[in-house]
Amino acid sequence: MKTMKKTDICTIENSKIVLNNDIIFETPTENFSDFAKEAYKSLALNYPKFHKMDNLSKLAFLASEMILKDEDHSRMALVFANRSSSLDTDLKYQESINSKENYFPSPAVFVYTLPNICVGEISIKHKMQTENAFFVLDEFDENFLNDYATQILHLGKADKVLCGWVELYQESYQAFVYLLTL
Amino acid sequence: MRKEIYITDYNCVTPLGFDVSSNWNALLEGKSGVALHKIIENQEPFYASMIDSEKLNEEFNRFFDSAQKSEIRHLANDSTEFTRLEKMFLLSLKPLVEKHQISDETAFILSSTKGNISLLKNQKTLPEGVFLPRLAQKIADFFGFKTKPIVVSNACVSGVMAIAVAKNMIRAGKYKDAFVIAGDEISEFVISGFNSFQAIGTEICKPYDKNRDGINIGEATAAAYITSELNKNEKFSFKVLGDSAINDANHISGPSRTGDGLFASIKNAMTEANIPTEKIDFISAHGTATIYNDEMEAIAFNRIELQNVPLNSMKGYYGHCLGASGLLESIISMESALKNILIPSKNFEQTGTSQPLNIIKENQPAEIKYILKTASGFGGCNAAIVLEKC
Repeated sequence: MKTMKKTDICTIENSKIVLNNDIIFETPTENFSDFAKEAYKSLALNYPKFHKMDNLSKLAFLASEMILKDEDHSRMALVFANRSSSLDTDLKYQESINSKENYFPSPAVFVYTLPNICVGEISIKHKMQTENAFFVLDEFDENFLNDYATQILHLGKADKVLCGWVELYQESYQAFVYLLTL
Repeated sequence: MRKEIYITDYNCVTPLGFDVSSNWNALLEGKSGVALHKIIENQEPFYASMIDSEKLNEEFNRFFDSAQKSEIRHLANDSTEFTRLEKMFLLSLKPLVEKHQISDETAFILSSTKGNISLLKNQKTLPEGVFLPRLAQKIADFFGFKTKPIVVSNACVSGVMAIAVAKNMIRAGKYKDAFVIAGDEISEFVISGFNSFQAIGTEICKPYDKNRDGINIGEATAAAYITSELNKNEKFSFKVLGDSAINDANHISGPSRTGDGLFASIKNAMTEANIPTEKIDFISAHGTATIYNDEMEAIAFNRIELQNVPLNSMKGYYGHCLGASGLLESIISMESALKNILIPSKNFEQTGTSQPLNIIKENQPAEIKYILKTASGFGGCNAAIVLEKC
């Protein structure tokens, strides 16, 4: 079997975006929502849908955007994973239905109570009608993601796979997104 | 030479029964698990396919003696009782682990969209049990799985994908065999959410019918044993020939108008299976009974020229069981193939899609060798697998 190459790596943590060892964006702002807003502005992303996304989608989107840019990705699969699924948004949605006095379930929030929505957002941005998978794992397991990605590549279902660990719960977040090719 | 992967055993726990044969008999009689249930305080009841909690507890206590239960609590290192969903999972998996040995090379794959989300009610911080990996580990520890659980959470296509993940990870050489379980339960969380989308039907749902007006939420667990090594004791086996899960890249909550993702998923799965579309004998489709989903499916099946193949949706019997539905419906379609009987798509009367489909209207005998199972869900995801009766 051919071995795979990891060509690009983007990490986001501690209010810093790093692409292939270069710091792309950094701010003293600690709060994730503000950090994401500042990064969006500074990087001139120009994609208004970004503001409607939940925090997990923003995290996954920002990290992917650094690698994907505006090229053609019609043969690139997406394999993502995290630990907390969509629990950050789940808790917000739950608060909207906890009491009958304050009962306001919103479809715009509910739709983000699934972890794979962030993969959908990336697919929409880049019109990627390609293989998608989202796993929820106890901890980041790069070997697992790579094994799964290898199968997709070997079966000829894609030429490249964007893999990602996108973990977010409240103010604790970490993204590690990388591109694999044969 | 590619390794062949087989499904050789399965089980399910649903409102129609706690094993496959009771489910099959109920389906032959046309029974539906869907009924009116009071789910949210101060709100009108909803049509939903719900397991009777008393019956579930009885069955659970019958199958798991107190020694085993204290063992689970010990292993899980907490004193809490099992949640309803955990009981459903344990009941569905138990008969399979009794028949097939767990080794160091056995994978444990769990498919769920919301897991124990009911535990979140009125909580300020997250209870441990609400984490999907924690839920998976609790079940894994009880049965003595030695590898780390893998949780698949891809909205409503999770159950179909779980079979694909088992196949692909065994083929990657990481495992020899796999136990796959899929489950979701009815909760205020999910019902209120779908209701906020105005997606819930006002009666027992009518997939593909002209008068369909939305989904029924259901609950179930299902389990399957998947292996690369056949032995002589298998009562049956189905080869997993191909799979694919392609995104529509169109909208996070609305089905595609072109059926692009479903079309591509079926096409890729057929290419991997290496059989022409004419060979497909039966399609177990998704058919949620929302206006847009069923229309999207009809477009996709026509684009790939499968419109004449007998097709059903199981949602009129089980509702939409989210992360469980894909595995549950795959199991029922394999049972169909073994019994050589096609089950009707319940509640279908008049064509309600712009393009025709060959929807099964009554129980009918049929030779079924090749099965296509599909699903679609939020986030624009779609999935397809092709199974062959051996």
